Amino acid sequence: MKKIEIQLETVTCPSCIKKIESALNKKEGVSDAKVLFHASKVKADFNDALVSQKEIVDTIGNLGYQVISSSTY
Amino acid sequence: MINLVNKHKNIITLLSGLLISSAFIFAYFELKDISDILLIIATILASIPILIKAIQSTVMKQFSIELLVIIAVIGALYIKEYTESSVVTFLFMFGAYLEAKTLKKMRNALKKLTNLSPKTADVIKDGHVVTTLVDDVLVDDLIVGKTGSIIPVDGIVSKGFASVNESSITGESMPVGKKIDEMVYSGTLIEDGYIEIKALKVGRDTTFSKMIELIEEAQESKSKTQKFLDKFAQIYTPVVVLLSIIVLLWTRDLHLSITFLVVACPGALVIGAPVSTVAGISNGASSGILIKGGEAMQNFAHIDALVVDKTGTLTVGRPVVVHTKDYGLNENDWLYYAASAESVSEHHLGKAIVKYAAQKNILLSKVLHDVEIIKGGGIKVFVDDKLIVIGTHELLVKQNVLIEPNVIKDLETEEEKGYTTVLVSMDSKVVGLIAIADEIKKEAKNALNGLKALGIKKVVMLTGDQERVALNVGRSVDVDEIHAGLKPEDKVEHIKSLIKDGYKVAMIGDGLNDAPALATANLGIAMGIAGVEVSTEVADVVLMSDNLLQLIHAYKLAKKTNANMKQNTLIAVLTVVILLSGVLFKLVNLGSGMLIHELSVLVVILNAMRLLKFKS
Repeated sequence: MKKIEIQLETVTCPSCIKKIESALNKKEGVSDAKVLFHASKVKADFNDALVSQKEIVDTIGNLGYQVISSSTY
Repeated sequence: MINLVNKHKNIITLLSGLLISSAFIFAYFELKDISDILLIIATILASIPILIKAIQSTVMKQFSIELLVIIAVIGALYIKEYTESSVVTFLFMFGAYLEAKTLKKMRNALKKLTNLSPKTADVIKDGHVVTTLVDDVLVDDLIVGKTGSIIPVDGIVSKGFASVNESSITGESMPVGKKIDEMVYSGTLIEDGYIEIKALKVGRDTTFSKMIELIEEAQESKSKTQKFLDKFAQIYTPVVVLLSIIVLLWTRDLHLSITFLVVACPGALVIGAPVSTVAGISNGASSGILIKGGEAMQNFAHIDALVVDKTGTLTVGRPVVVHTKDYGLNENDWLYYAASAESVSEHHLGKAIVKYAAQKNILLSKVLHDVEIIKGGGIKVFVDDKLIVIGTHELLVKQNVLIEPNVIKDLETEEEKGYTTVLVSMDSKVVGLIAIADEIKKEAKNALNGLKALGIKKVVMLTGDQERVALNVGRSVDVDEIHAGLKPEDKVEHIKSLIKDGYKVAMIGDGLNDAPALATANLGIAMGIAGVEVSTEVADVVLMSDNLLQLIHAYKLAKKTNANMKQNTLIAVLTVVILLSGVLFKLVNLGSGMLIHELSVLVVILNAMRLLKFKS
């Protein structure tokens, strides 16, 4: 299990939180996705055998949120 | 498409604003048809982003204010109230724009702090200085720090001297001198000097990274009021829809029921409390105070009893050996055994003894076996095959060491002076007495009295130290109650009984030995940079500096934030009540209803922003 942290452009609507979280949690290999609203960050656990960092970032991008940077650890 | 709309939201808002103004001009010249067409275009234009959001949240099974607005706009278009439909959509978009703008300004307070984390580091590799990305720096790397640069790692100074501004962490802007063997922290600024730093913690393990992570998490964690309001909003929105339908059925007035729908939006109610908490947390963070969330903030504001630890909290926490007494052996001989034994101890008194021996150039033995650390600050170990037991009077008695009456008399004399005493025994006979003193923090008395003036009814000192020392320290800083000679579990009991007596208890300690007590209190406050480590477990608040006056600012801030939260909730509730009655008595129409509603959202944000500037 690895962790990913994604910095987004400023998130302004509280309903975006739900949108991003449920989209990520639905993805296979991703769990515990959490949006830090005020920091405009997403944190999640992921299994790198099942899903790649790029796939996760793209999922968020496809929802219409611009990803500034992402890092795994 | 959705992205395109979101990106150009501001232009859309501006366009619809322009369309509305020109429509008003045409209306003035009584060109009603052109005016109406412009207003309809304006309505549709500004509705697109609102509609997208309304659909998105409905798909997520979330009630949203956007949905209410869309229903209202469709209704307004149906009854041909084009002015109202366009004004409502425009004001809603413009309000959202201002809201985002002010929120951004608020978040910048924290951004300013995170931006301090350096991106690159100058690492010494094979005698050359190489600039590398900070992510590539490893533990044990040697890093160069020059005047004007921000330290990229937590580490120990291995060469040079510098004066370092640690305000990003401690909130104190007085520069601190850093020489060889002293700790420096990532995110702090070298004001003057040159040092080489051996990296101990890098990347996200540094105190600074942990601190930022803590604040980011804190801003998300909700207070009880917030949780209640969130739940409330989820019930409230459907109820409002239902009510407006009832209003419609009852009055047969579509216009009235649409207006009712719009003005009842819970905007300020939803944003009011969290925005205060976030502002309060940001203010704390910029002065070295980490408050772990809305709930901690609310608890803090209601605290009326304070339990303090002595060493490191009321005192400086760097005990020094004041003097010694010999019994049989001369000082250097027994000190050799004592310091060797204590060299394995993490206890602050043990460290003081080792340091004292080092000053006397006593070399330590490496032949230690059967080390046993005894709870309450004692140690039992074989040094060069001699059994050495070090500890308090009581502890040595329990270890079957014979203590002569003259030793007891000496102990009393030293303790009378306020010194902590430690006895050293060799093969069950006392060979030395060590008197240790710890300086009382000079701001301690003012800080405690300041807190009492602010509403703390009782200050209790709980310490593991000896009674006479405890009394000496406690009395000189105006503590109300003193309990000494306590084990960690005794401290927990004392706190429990205070809570039982009806006090809301905060416990402040260095966090390391006091973890159970911190967890038991209504509010745990850890003090010092080490506090960040333990805070994730037990503390609700971390004071990054060792200065007790910070506690006053923290307490005031919590009270101010709590009051701010209440003001915001009141503003929100009053707005809704006034608007709703205004609608029912036909004093408020759709456009002015939306205007007042958006204004109330801005008012609560601006009110919360006052907290950012709050100073004690």
